[in-house]
Amino acid sequence: MAKIKFHFLVCGGAGCQAAKSEAILKNFQDVIMERKLETEIQVIKTGCFGFCGDGPIVKMMPDNTFYTKVTPEDCAEIIEQHIVKGIKVSRLLYQDSGNHENGSGFKTRGLHKKQIRIALRNCGFINPENIEDYIARDGYQALGKVLTELTPEATIEILKKSGLRGRGGGGFPTGLKWEITRNVKADQKYVVCNADEGDPGAFMDRSVLEGDPHTVLEAMAINGYSTGADKGVVYIRAEYPLAIERLKIAMKQAREYGLLGNDILGTGFNFDIEIRYGAGAFVCGEETALIHSMEGLRGEPTVKPPFPSESGFLGKPTNVNNVETYANIPAIFLKGAEWFAGIGTEKSKGTKVFALAGKINNVGLIEVPMGITLREVIYEIGGGIKNDRKFKAVQTGGPSGGMLTEKDLDTPIDYDNLIAAGSMMGSGGMIVMDEDDCMVAMAKFYLEFTVEESCGKCSPCRIGNKRLFEMLEKVTKGQAIMEDLDKLRNLSNVIKDTSLCGLGQTSPNPVLSSMDNFYHEYLEHVGDKKCRAGNCKSLMQYIILAENCIGCTLCARNCPVDAIAGERKQAHLIDQEKCIKCGACMDKCKFNAIFIK
Amino acid sequence: MEKIKSLTDLKNLQEKLNSKTGLSNRSDNAGENIRVKVAMATCGIASGAKEVMEVFIEEFTKRNIDAVVTQTGCMGYCYAEPTVEITKPGNEPITFGYVDVKKASRIIDKYVLNNELVDGIIPVNYETIDNK
Amino acid sequence: MDMVKLTIDGKPVEVEKDTTILKAAKLIGIDIPTLCYFQLKDMNIENRPGGCRICVVEVVGRRNLAPACSTNVAKDMVVNTHSIRVLNARRTVLELILSDHPAECLTCAKSGNCELQTMAQQLGVRELPYQGEQSTYRKDTSPAIIRDVDKCILCRRCEMMCNDVQTVGALSAVNRGFMAVVAPAFEMNLEKSPCTYCGQCVSVCPTGALTEVDHSRNVINSLADPSKTVVVQTAPAVRAALGEEFGLDPGTLVTGKMVAALRRLGFDYVFDTDFAADLTIMEEGSELLDRLTRYLKGDKQVKLPILTSCCPGWVNFFEHNFPELMDVPSTAKSPQQMFGPIAKEYFGKKLGIDRKNMIVVSIMPCLAKKYECQRDEFKVNGDPDVNYSLSTRELAHLIKLANIDFNSLPDEDFDNPLGESTGAAVIFANTGGVIEAACRTAYELYTGKKLEKVEFNELRGLENVRHATLDFDGLPINIGIAHGLGNARKLLEDVQAGKSQFHAIEIMACPGGCIGGGGQPFHHGDSEVIKQRAAAIYREDAGKPIRKSHENPFIIKLYEEFLGKPLGEKSHHLLHTHYFDKSKGTYIE
Repeated sequence: MAKIKFHFLVCGGAGCQAAKSEAILKNFQDVIMERKLETEIQVIKTGCFGFCGDGPIVKMMPDNTFYTKVTPEDCAEIIEQHIVKGIKVSRLLYQDSGNHENGSGFKTRGLHKKQIRIALRNCGFINPENIEDYIARDGYQALGKVLTELTPEATIEILKKSGLRGRGGGGFPTGLKWEITRNVKADQKYVVCNADEGDPGAFMDRSVLEGDPHTVLEAMAINGYSTGADKGVVYIRAEYPLAIERLKIAMKQAREYGLLGNDILGTGFNFDIEIRYGAGAFVCGEETALIHSMEGLRGEPTVKPPFPSESGFLGKPTNVNNVETYANIPAIFLKGAEWFAGIGTEKSKGTKVFALAGKINNVGLIEVPMGITLREVIYEIGGGIKNDRKFKAVQTGGPSGGMLTEKDLDTPIDYDNLIAAGSMMGSGGMIVMDEDDCMVAMAKFYLEFTVEESCGKCSPCRIGNKRLFEMLEKVTKGQAIMEDLDKLRNLSNVIKDTSLCGLGQTSPNPVLSSMDNFYHEYLEHVGDKKCRAGNCKSLMQYIILAENCIGCTLCARNCPVDAIAGERKQAHLIDQEKCIKCGACMDKCKFNAIFIK
Repeated sequence: MEKIKSLTDLKNLQEKLNSKTGLSNRSDNAGENIRVKVAMATCGIASGAKEVMEVFIEEFTKRNIDAVVTQTGCMGYCYAEPTVEITKPGNEPITFGYVDVKKASRIIDKYVLNNELVDGIIPVNYETIDNK
Repeated sequence: MDMVKLTIDGKPVEVEKDTTILKAAKLIGIDIPTLCYFQLKDMNIENRPGGCRICVVEVVGRRNLAPACSTNVAKDMVVNTHSIRVLNARRTVLELILSDHPAECLTCAKSGNCELQTMAQQLGVRELPYQGEQSTYRKDTSPAIIRDVDKCILCRRCEMMCNDVQTVGALSAVNRGFMAVVAPAFEMNLEKSPCTYCGQCVSVCPTGALTEVDHSRNVINSLADPSKTVVVQTAPAVRAALGEEFGLDPGTLVTGKMVAALRRLGFDYVFDTDFAADLTIMEEGSELLDRLTRYLKGDKQVKLPILTSCCPGWVNFFEHNFPELMDVPSTAKSPQQMFGPIAKEYFGKKLGIDRKNMIVVSIMPCLAKKYECQRDEFKVNGDPDVNYSLSTRELAHLIKLANIDFNSLPDEDFDNPLGESTGAAVIFANTGGVIEAACRTAYELYTGKKLEKVEFNELRGLENVRHATLDFDGLPINIGIAHGLGNARKLLEDVQAGKSQFHAIEIMACPGGCIGGGGQPFHHGDSEVIKQRAAAIYREDAGKPIRKSHENPFIIKLYEEFLGKPLGEKSHHLLHTHYFDKSKGTYIE
């Protein structure tokens, strides 16, 4: 049997497919057959390279040559030159654009990649249930370095210099938070890892805990050393059984190896961690609510100040950081504050993990440097919009965030720019919407979530969000009047202005930002009783076009609510009162006689 | 396991783990062996990663192939779960997406045994922070 | 003390550094409206969850509005309490609260006394622009308290009272979001909860969500029934507070007008619970002396300290929380329950009235009394010793219903023989009063000497937990006093831990004692009201010709004619009781 010598990897991602990668595949095959090279060359369709702007991409193996913007016509030349003559086709070679603001020091495999994995550096590399995998990849060396070489103050100084900000959403400088906790005098302090990830569709923290639990433990120990705490608590939602399991295994192994417990690495530093389970209430991601929940009290926020760093868990100074924040910390101490600060934008350093979802080809967990644009995330890493639909908006920051639109596509993503654009970083949910998504319905979806998740403590959030939701429901049902739109805006502003905690202070954001960016859709719902996206069922009508209907009765027989009447061989009619807008009739009709009005 | 008592101990352990003898038990670097990593985060398991991992273990045993199969965390390619990364000695790791039970067998037939690739490879689209 | 200068509504003000904006504003005559906020000054009771958001103000430089009740002042802070932004937000928030509140003002028990209603007036709400679904819940009626939590606005005052002040733990917030409400655990009925019926939740509820079970209709029916002899007894605390319901200043004593009003309402005999209080002292004081004497003789079996048992909220509390102490409290019934059998078995029999034809009504500052009079051990063949217990508020309502112009009534005297009382009985209304009354008698009985100065000032005051040592002619007697059940818990835990040693402890469930009871006119968080009532009670005592219970001639006659001697067999049968372990609870069925 002949041995395959070359592999051609042709990108089969949606972006490249749109740019004719299928034709490229076929042309390669044809030329290979023609030249009888099929025993030496194998052509393979791959997933997305995450570089759709330069697609279609062809990677030649084993020499790792990248060809970009390949056309079907180029195939013969590539085989002729590259394979037969052994000369690379220089005009198609990947050119480093020089736009390498984050490139220095990274191992680059051919193409300059849009993603950099710091928090996720071990996810997908190591066996999370084997501490030795972690140790082999420099695990616990950051802790060792901190304990043996640095004072707590120096540790905090490095963290401050790195510019790391809280990844849970607020973006508070992590070093400063540690310093505040350190400066409070108390007989007992705590560090808490907030693993109560609650944004709909977000799973960044779960992935870190499932893929690299030790990094969180190590960072918490560093946190304990520098703030003066010898106890750590991971507050994790009970809906994450695998993460809990792996965390438990990691804690057990760390204790066995002496990396948690007393006299860690012979330095006299004691630190141990316990797990507390949350029931998955969204509001318990808020620090004060989280602490009350840990104390066995009702999970609801209290007015700050006092901040947890002054009076937190059991009344003691408590430093709360989110999983992803912690996951960055060992890398910072291993590679230095300057290295970390070299990535990202002026005020937002490092990377951010996003759960990219919605109407996008490559749904996935990505880690990108701060400062990357939405366009790069959506069209390159994400491989563009599904089914070639038109991009409409991106929701970042989950139910607390806002919608970013076409005009924001080239804005560098960082904490401050997102806020300026009317959204927020949030914990990292990123939901892409296309022209088939109704923005009013979207806002309603998020409101439904906050109504469900409000703790009910303060009246604007408890009642206000409910009223917002009810008004949005009126809009989507075509029952609202113009005056309601003013009410919506006023109520949104008052809820933001008066709510007790971050949940209520941000919950109207989807409403406000959709009104700011898509007011015409609101007007259409209210004035024309129309939903341009065809999402709002109450505003749709299925109509039978009499001249196309031959009276085959197929639609009537398939209607689940008997809303279609008509004699055989005569035009049928849909009773709009009965119709539930399921669309079954339209699917069945073979004569294009049913359309949506 | 004896406790690690100092930073030097820790560094020694790391060195030992990265030496040839240490590698055989590791998932991220199996040295001379073929190594297979199955992404087994919640998302992977939900889309069938456990069954896929079993196929690899069974087939390797049945065919007497010397390989290390381990689990790992999320690789980030949610759209292509389950995902499996295979490294053959001396080769770059290759990540296969959409791996179901059937495809797992095909990967063994084609790639592991014959060095032929199969469709659905996922190119690495991120940079790591390793300097090695 | 560090002082902070700031500006509120353009006016400069300098305050201590941990002052809230709300309090700083009050100092310069700016009255920021509040709803959930609640404070009983000097009594260590404060509720500021920051939940209602009515008190929001604008702080220049701050992103959002700040709740004045729970935001501390800061140096150079500039606060605006009535900008357009604030007024709009405040009114919108109130409109929201009202949109989830039943519009039942016309028929609501709290109408006229409702803080939400007042706030709607104050902020000028004339329509509700945001309307929608209302949250509704099951109505819950217990022997003393009705929960109609459709009207709950989640101010959490009741929760604070029940948990922080009383440490009873019957009420807490349940559910979340729009359906969040304050309820017993698992939303079970209050009756199945560890509730003591102290009624402090009712006394602080700003709306009609928590109210007392109203028995005034039963009383009216009894009064109208010619076959019934209706006897009324009035607790000492009532006379110091009833006037408030008729616009009189807090602390106005209306004993005579109250008697006159009761007579006009048609009660056949207007008696005084104070008489029964004197009787209580005879029994409880003797019990104290008995235990003390046995203790001093070296009896190891004797239980000390003796705990008072006049307060039904407290009795419920220790039955739920300290069952191991069940044999420690005095077995003497409360004055209300001593009055019942004396009225029916002694007075009634004397007049030849069958107990079935006698209705005993009590007027109490208390809601737990409603439960107490329904306890099975206080019934004879199903006939309760005390038929109905009305709160001070219910009596006021009854008086208004009967078209009586209370303020123009002449002063009248109680009927005899069960209307005569001493100053010792009057002070039962105040924290420290029962033990002071007991000591006045115990001192003389123990030492055989005349007590020249009857006021024990060391037992008076409003501190949460008080200790005092009295000199019984060379014998030091250690007294502990706690008002509020949380303080009682602290005191008892100290005793159990061996940290403090007392001969006698007085406990009253309500802050301030009965004058601050759950059935009193609403004080709306003004602790001055409670202080004025206390002062009035001491004035009444000072004005009494007889100030020691054992000198009450009708008490002496009662023992001669009927009871024999304190702790005697008849007393034991009629005037003493026993307690039940309720710690296992009946909560979960």
